[in-house]
Amino acid sequence: MSKVLNKRNGIIAVLILSLLFPLAFSDNKYVLYIMTLAFIYIIAIYGMNILAGYTGQLSLAHAGFFAIGAYSVGVLTTKAGLNFWLALLLAVLITMGIGFALGIIALRTKEHFFAIYTLIAGYLIYLLIYKWEGLTGGVRGLIGIPIPNAIGPIKFESPIAMYYLVLLFLLLSIFVTVRIVYSLTGRTYNAIRNSEELAQTLGINTKINKLVSFVISVSFAGLAGGLYASLVRFIGPEIAGTTMVFTFLMYLIVGGIGTLAGPIIGTLLFIWLEQYLQSFQEHKMLIFGPILTLIVIFYPRGIVGAIQSLMGYFRTRKKESSKSYKTNSESTDMKSREV
Amino acid sequence: MTFIKLEGLTKKFGGLTAVDEVDFEIEKGKITAIIGPNGAGKSTFFNLISGFHRPTSGSITFEGKDITKTPPHIVARLGIARTFQTTHLFDTSSVIDNIIVGYRLRTKSKLFDAILRTKREKREEKEAFERAIEVLDFVGLANLADSPVSTISQESKKRVAIALALATGPKVIFLDEPAAGINPGETEGLAELMKKIVDSGITVCTIEHKMQMIMGLADNIMVLNHGAKIAQGTPEEIQNNPTVIEAYLGGESSAEVI
Ligand SMILES: Nc1ncnc2c1ncn2[C@@H]1O[C@H](COP(=O)(O)OP(=O)(O)OP(=O)(O)O)[C@@H](O)[C@H]1O
Ligand SMILES: [Mg+2]
Repeated sequence: MSKVLNKRNGIIAVLILSLLFPLAFSDNKYVLYIMTLAFIYIIAIYGMNILAGYTGQLSLAHAGFFAIGAYSVGVLTTKAGLNFWLALLLAVLITMGIGFALGIIALRTKEHFFAIYTLIAGYLIYLLIYKWEGLTGGVRGLIGIPIPNAIGPIKFESPIAMYYLVLLFLLLSIFVTVRIVYSLTGRTYNAIRNSEELAQTLGINTKINKLVSFVISVSFAGLAGGLYASLVRFIGPEIAGTTMVFTFLMYLIVGGIGTLAGPIIGTLLFIWLEQYLQSFQEHKMLIFGPILTLIVIFYPRGIVGAIQSLMGYFRTRKKESSKSYKTNSESTDMKSREV
Repeated sequence: MTFIKLEGLTKKFGGLTAVDEVDFEIEKGKITAIIGPNGAGKSTFFNLISGFHRPTSGSITFEGKDITKTPPHIVARLGIARTFQTTHLFDTSSVIDNIIVGYRLRTKSKLFDAILRTKREKREEKEAFERAIEVLDFVGLANLADSPVSTISQESKKRVAIALALATGPKVIFLDEPAAGINPGETEGLAELMKKIVDSGITVCTIEHKMQMIMGLADNIMVLNHGAKIAQGTPEEIQNNPTVIEAYLGGESSAEVI
């Protein structure tokens, strides 16, 4: 029970920190901007995590869907003159629709074929954006995307307001992820990740479940992309590119794929490291490359996975010394699974 | 009505005939064993019944219903459960977490229920949990519920795999070499478990290499060799069948080997 309380306390502490963060940096717009941007990436990476981490299907079209969300908002606001909120809603729906269509085809392939297939699909999305100048502005991109429209008295002109808006969406994304992970649906995804064959013999329709997981995964990317468009206010085709998707993947793997805290930890770590290492921006892969390789080899579940196995190690040592065995339902609580 | 009926069941992989024109019936409420040398087509035979492979020709009928072309997840829902020759458990999860999902096919909660945590979701989660505890208790592993699968013995893993199959609420369970890789004492324990499963009303069909175990356990035995059925009958009949002794036991006298 104390463990649950500790975890809960930890979550509350992080939440308070994230709420107070802007107050500490109220005069430093740049720091707020970077943090808001990081939160947007985290939303997208949570989506990637649902599919790759919890369902075991690595899609490399994720940046493509991020771009679809961003361009939907961009085009709908600048060209069709739509209200940002309506544009954002439509952006998520469009992303889900395209995700559905692409998912049906892509999910006919498995494992690395699926990864390669989605990599190609992501590249096609990039090309489409790049070439469709009339709609997307091609290589020049879209400029002048408006900030979110005011909701009553709440205006989004200040970086602080944008920060809180994005934070709200991030919390919503985390909430949805947590609900999914700890549900029967989440267990179903987990079973598919574990072994598709076994899942099928358990009566699970793996095709439909993977497709639903794919669509929910890209909806996060679409939402993040839409928010990105109105934060940065200028978008170019490179946000659909392979560099972008591998950046997402790197953040996720280092933080901990298939863990709940992984996307946050990986993204924040890298974003702030990059800020400090900005002087050697060009050489950053020289540093990150080897670190990434080592993590994949030794800690396949990233930083969070490493911390968990350490804690698990201490816990079993404590348990062994006290020789207490619990088999009651409290300790087998459905929620006592991984962080 | 026959419980499970196979007619002319054939599976070819390219030029190789893994299962060759097998006619067979599996009786309800009995323990049926499939034996045969390595590569005889036993696992393939299971893969056909559970819907993993489409037969090249022939048909499979379950309780009067043709399931020859039924996909595996539907076969499972109809009440046919199976285990694999190598267990596919999720090592880093606890035993109970591995088993809860076995009840998933009897639940209806969707993604929507998960996100909104509807009444249905909560009720079905509870049902799945209770079902998992029940089957764990049934296979005698209630005390390992919280242990990570990676920390339990090979024999326990076999039992977890069986518990998982039982969690689906099957009418028949197909076990692919459940006693492989475990010691004689544990083998006896598994034989007991199979009897317990049959006594609880679930038909058992098992692939087995351990002759001693199977002769004392099975009601009915089918012998496969190079994909073809070369014999079927009670353990006594099989032990005295010259074709079996010739083909399967390499010509030695039955008394020495079996
Ligand atoms: N998916 C497949 N593709 C091609 N050949 C296969 C496939 N599955 C099985 N085979 C072949 O079919 C034959 C029968 O294999 P099967 O696994 O059914 O034998 P088995 O009786 O279960 O053997 P064992 O006792 O070793 O488990 C073998 O020659 C095997 O190589
Ligand atoms: Mg086999």
